[in-house]
Amino acid sequence: MAVIAKVNVASLYVLDKEEALDFYVGKLGLEKGNDVQQGSYRWLTVRVAGGGTEISLEEPGPPLHDEATAEQLRALITKGALGGLVLVTDDVRAFYETLKARGVTDFTQEPTDHFYGTDMGVRDPSGNAIRILQQG
Amino acid sequence: MGRAVEQLNRRLLRARDAIDRGYARPLDVGAIAAVAHLSPAHFSRCFRDVFGETPHRYLQRRRIERSMFLLRETGRSVTGICSEVGFASLGTFSRTFRAIVGESPSGYRRGHGPVVAPHCVQMAHTRPLRNSAVPEKPTSPRSH
Repeated sequence: MAVIAKVNVASLYVLDKEEALDFYVGKLGLEKGNDVQQGSYRWLTVRVAGGGTEISLEEPGPPLHDEATAEQLRALITKGALGGLVLVTDDVRAFYETLKARGVTDFTQEPTDHFYGTDMGVRDPSGNAIRILQQG
Repeated sequence: MGRAVEQLNRRLLRARDAIDRGYARPLDVGAIAAVAHLSPAHFSRCFRDVFGETPHRYLQRRRIERSMFLLRETGRSVTGICSEVGFASLGTFSRTFRAIVGESPSGYRRGHGPVVAPHCVQMAHTRPLRNSAVPEKPTSPRSH
């Protein structure tokens, strides 16, 4: 029986691809995956170094969305009402210090212990919620 | 026009995050409004327009959610939980809890055990719904 083998690409709406790239690569330390310009469309993905699921950074707008729809999406993104990510690190407290040293200030939660591990929260420049978890 | 709305939303979201981080402290509307680069009065109005409730009501529901979490997950006393989530008086806490949740803190504790879900999921999805019947005091600089 055929089954799905892998989550290959997941999409995340952002306000500005270049700003998002600077955050996900420059601050979070992910690596750039695909960066392909096709006409007016830039296919841009980031991923954990070495492979795995690619996160496609998408801006609302034409030709996928009419301007009114794009404006609604941008309003929802900036209200923090759309999706987000949960990422895993092996040392969340050290990573928190790394992010602060890189100038990140938009934390939603400092590292906090739970029964399933320690996690923290931060927002990307657009307003998407990102959880960073150290399991165990 | 669109760009200005997005920038305002983003600043208000940053201020809302500050409320979520600092729920245990007295609400300092001036300080929170400054996060959004707005005057206190303008901030409260804009916050309500964007998130559908006043900053004070948002904070109330966050505190009640945190108290529900502590009632479910810990054996701490109701009085201890009351001050831990930022209420200055047990009377205000009990009244607000009952108005939002529909039962007393100790009644809620008897009926609920720990929830097995990540903390961020609980914070987002077990926060009590808005109840329009709950009387709301006007937002003041240091209100409880």
